[in-house]
Amino acid sequence: MFDTANLTKLIFGRLTLESLPLHEPIIIGTFAMVALGGAALFGALTYFRLWGYLWKEWFTTVDHKRIGIMYMVLGIVMLLRGFADALMMRLQQAIAFNGSEGYLNSHHYDQVFTAHGVIMIFFVAMPLVTGLMNYVVPLQIGARDVSFPFLNNFSFWMTTAGAVLVMCSLFVGEFARTGWLAYPPLSNISYSPDVGVDYYIWALQVAGVGTLLSGVNLICTIVKMRAPGMTMMKMPVFTWTSLCTNVLIVASFPVLTAVLALLSLDRYVGTNFFTNDFGGDPMMYVNLIWIWGHPEVYILILPAFGIFSEVTSTFSGKRLFGYTSMVYATVVITILSYLVWLHHFFTMGSGASVNSFFGITTMIISIPTGAKMFNWLFTMYRGRIRFELPMMWTVAFMLTFVIGGMTGVLLAVPPADFVLHNSLFLVAHFHNVIIGGVLFGLFAGIAYWFPKAFGFKLDVFWGKMSFWFWTVGFYFAFMPLYVLGLMGVTRRLRTFDDPSLQIWFVIAGIGAVMILLGIASFLIQIAVSILRREQLADVTGDPWDARTLEWATSSPPPAYNFAFTPVVHDNDAWWDMKRRGYARPLAGFKAIHMPSNTGTGVILAGLSTTMAFGLIWYMWWMAAGSFVALLAVAIGHTFNYHRSFHIPADEVVSVERARTELLAAGAKS
Amino acid sequence: MRYWKLLALLPLGFALGGCNLVVLAPSGDVAAQQRDLVIIATVLMLLIVVPVMAATAVVAWRYRQSNASATYTPDWDHSTQLELLIWAAPLLIIICLGAVTWMGTHLLDPYRTLGRIAADRPVTPQDKPLEVNVVALDWKWLFIYPEYGVASVNELAAPVNRPLDFKITSSSVMNSFYIPALAGQIYAMPGMQSRLHAVINKPGLYRGFSANYSGAGFSSMRFAFHGLSDAEFAGWIEKAKASGSQLGKPEYLTLERPSANEPVRYYSSVDSDLFRAILNMCVETGKMCMSEMMAIDAQGGMGMAGVRNTLPLAYDKFAARGAVFGAEPSFVVGGVCLPGDQVTRMAADSSPTVLAPLDWTPLQGRGLERPGLMRPSKASFITSPNPKSNS
Repeated sequence: MFDTANLTKLIFGRLTLESLPLHEPIIIGTFAMVALGGAALFGALTYFRLWGYLWKEWFTTVDHKRIGIMYMVLGIVMLLRGFADALMMRLQQAIAFNGSEGYLNSHHYDQVFTAHGVIMIFFVAMPLVTGLMNYVVPLQIGARDVSFPFLNNFSFWMTTAGAVLVMCSLFVGEFARTGWLAYPPLSNISYSPDVGVDYYIWALQVAGVGTLLSGVNLICTIVKMRAPGMTMMKMPVFTWTSLCTNVLIVASFPVLTAVLALLSLDRYVGTNFFTNDFGGDPMMYVNLIWIWGHPEVYILILPAFGIFSEVTSTFSGKRLFGYTSMVYATVVITILSYLVWLHHFFTMGSGASVNSFFGITTMIISIPTGAKMFNWLFTMYRGRIRFELPMMWTVAFMLTFVIGGMTGVLLAVPPADFVLHNSLFLVAHFHNVIIGGVLFGLFAGIAYWFPKAFGFKLDVFWGKMSFWFWTVGFYFAFMPLYVLGLMGVTRRLRTFDDPSLQIWFVIAGIGAVMILLGIASFLIQIAVSILRREQLADVTGDPWDARTLEWATSSPPPAYNFAFTPVVHDNDAWWDMKRRGYARPLAGFKAIHMPSNTGTGVILAGLSTTMAFGLIWYMWWMAAGSFVALLAVAIGHTFNYHRSFHIPADEVVSVERARTELLAAGAKS
Repeated sequence: MRYWKLLALLPLGFALGGCNLVVLAPSGDVAAQQRDLVIIATVLMLLIVVPVMAATAVVAWRYRQSNASATYTPDWDHSTQLELLIWAAPLLIIICLGAVTWMGTHLLDPYRTLGRIAADRPVTPQDKPLEVNVVALDWKWLFIYPEYGVASVNELAAPVNRPLDFKITSSSVMNSFYIPALAGQIYAMPGMQSRLHAVINKPGLYRGFSANYSGAGFSSMRFAFHGLSDAEFAGWIEKAKASGSQLGKPEYLTLERPSANEPVRYYSSVDSDLFRAILNMCVETGKMCMSEMMAIDAQGGMGMAGVRNTLPLAYDKFAARGAVFGAEPSFVVGGVCLPGDQVTRMAADSSPTVLAPLDWTPLQGRGLERPGLMRPSKASFITSPNPKSNS
């Protein structure tokens, strides 16, 4: 029936030996490193017989705390990849002058900047934000888990599957060369016939399922599972911002899914939604993707705002100033974030009235954001500020973010945008708000909640090293880009003809190296903290003298979070309990109903990965087979009746007794 | 906390030492007005940003834990007056900025003809604008001067103090036409025309480039922009005229192929229909112009007879269309009848008479009669292209 060529094509689609980057020394080197590291890790896990433990206790877990930690690990691992891309870009731009082509050809360079954007947003910022929300929100509202624990596990693995696909593109085939939003017509099959854009599409589609479901899950959790007494206006601010973020996720990610589905229809079956010909409209893609893309920015920053609120109030030893206006500001930002998308492309020529409408709505967002800034300021005012690591990040954020906010409002003035659009000024602006806002927030959050998750604080010395390298490095890396933007330098350039620009790129490169040291210090900080966990241990469960419910339980919290569901009377629930002389209940424990672990999430995500891989490489049998298997496993899972179990009262008693002893020992020493 | 803020100012110190901040010191009146807006907006915002930064530093220092003399009010969390102030202060600034934005956006709309040549010089009826048609190609720029019948690649020249009227399009993917010294940028999009009005006030050599990533050769998609005196500009036109090479449709199709780092080139004569054909994606022989398709659509389309139109409308060209259902080029109506079918049908039908549909799938346009027998349409949503706007 088939000759060999046809058979090969049937089995491997368009995957050939040529697709493997065997002739690229840099990639082969990277691959060798990853393979060696992977083999070492695999060997170690096998040697120490950890596979069973990992599978039973972590991979299949439905405990929101462990899933939260796995999200954080995923985000940190992907940060290393995304940052490696950043360093490569900085090096290329620092040397590609005076006719030099640098060390990356356009085939590589264009993949690097695309991958950097995609990874940093979807696989670093999103998992870190989702991880913190996952960990903290149920504890803050006094719940035992999220509403849909299995869905939570499934969401995590789908996000991971997306990350796996992106990493896969490094060694099998290539990634998109289109910029992180893959605007057509460039991303259409006519101009990007290779697998890169397909990797992009399917990585985001698979990860998008996870993000969307975790959004549904957290909304449900916050709306339905709050402890008695916790009315909406008594929720901690971090829970409020998480709620708004997840509303944004649920309302905006379907738009991304739809627009990528239309793009894949164009690429796979020859429809003409975004083609140049046959009435296709590439500009519709640009509109649609930003209708998702702008809310995405707020999806990332709102939880960071929540973290800063918790941190400021805790470390100033003071109630949060203007709780009500803080909540309203968050809600206003949530709504307005849907009315500003067009400011990403004023230069499309939409006309003055449309442009000024979107420019002015954008500026209006700065009003609630400014109000938040003042609220943090007045929370610190007349407080007793303890400059622990989380507070240091917060003050650095307040000073840095206002600069990013200012340049953002500047870019919202359409005529100013005409001269600064797509320039390095823009690049500096969004790094200023994403690093200075989201990332500083995440570091504050990590330093703040780490003792809750692991029972010991993070090492302060390496934390400070990381802090100073990051903040100073940030200014060195991005202030030159503001200047370059004012010199009329556009983004995504690979080579330059004007030698007077070079010094700025060199300074930016030095900044990137400082940030590298910051990341290294952060990793060392974690390692050192683990080694010094005895000295850094906290037995009280409340190392910061904090205010919200998650600090009412032990560190790390037991699987069931709270032996008795707390009753809330104040928006600083734990502070209020401490003040009113709360005493831990020591008797009367009952069996606790908890969800059971399941491997279905891992299997479904694995099958999604193979399906996406089949679709990317036109291996139809693999795609179809995986899809059928996906349905079968999903349906099969509905027949799994072992969904929950009871933690026996005896076990609760012994866990709680152990805590009582620890607390007593802590009080004596 | 403070000294890293000083480090942040370090780059600004260098900047003052003399690098070319072209966005802040442009040579064209439009860019100068945009620069003014940048500065006005920045100053307006600094009114609130500087006090906030200063207050943050002061509060953070004054209320540090070790300063026992500072007031401590752990339960103070509300003050109506302060709330009013913190919402009103940004609001006032945004009202001012919003007003400036509304006016600036309308006055500096790139589609709007110029009202002035420089701050002190309004446009008079004698100032006839110079029309330049700009085409972003993979990866070079084509400039056509319809008034003079000449064209150039990767070099643009304009007389100082004469209004410029750019009509901009692209041949394949999206680019952005940007000369920082002259005026803000505007996207160049295939099948669409964008406009830019500007004027250059000082003679000189300026940089122009694409400000939107467009593929492998993007970095070298630069061009020189010469601001010339009237006499020099006449000389430049003469130089182009003397080049002796022609730019007709066949030459354009060669030029249009992807290439990077193209040297400057001049054309002494240009097919006067070329820009219209590029814009309507019908330079290639046998392609139907979008304007024609739009005219047909405006009449309600041609129903199944329109099948004959799909091949002449296929435009995207630099790579084989890799649609998976068939390695053959797949055309829109391929969903209705087989792709090969269409080519045979076209070949068989050279007469201008309108064929009766072979396929009974009803396709309805506004001007067509409704078929008597309704059957579900499989593909009608992709067989009626929307007319594209000019923007």
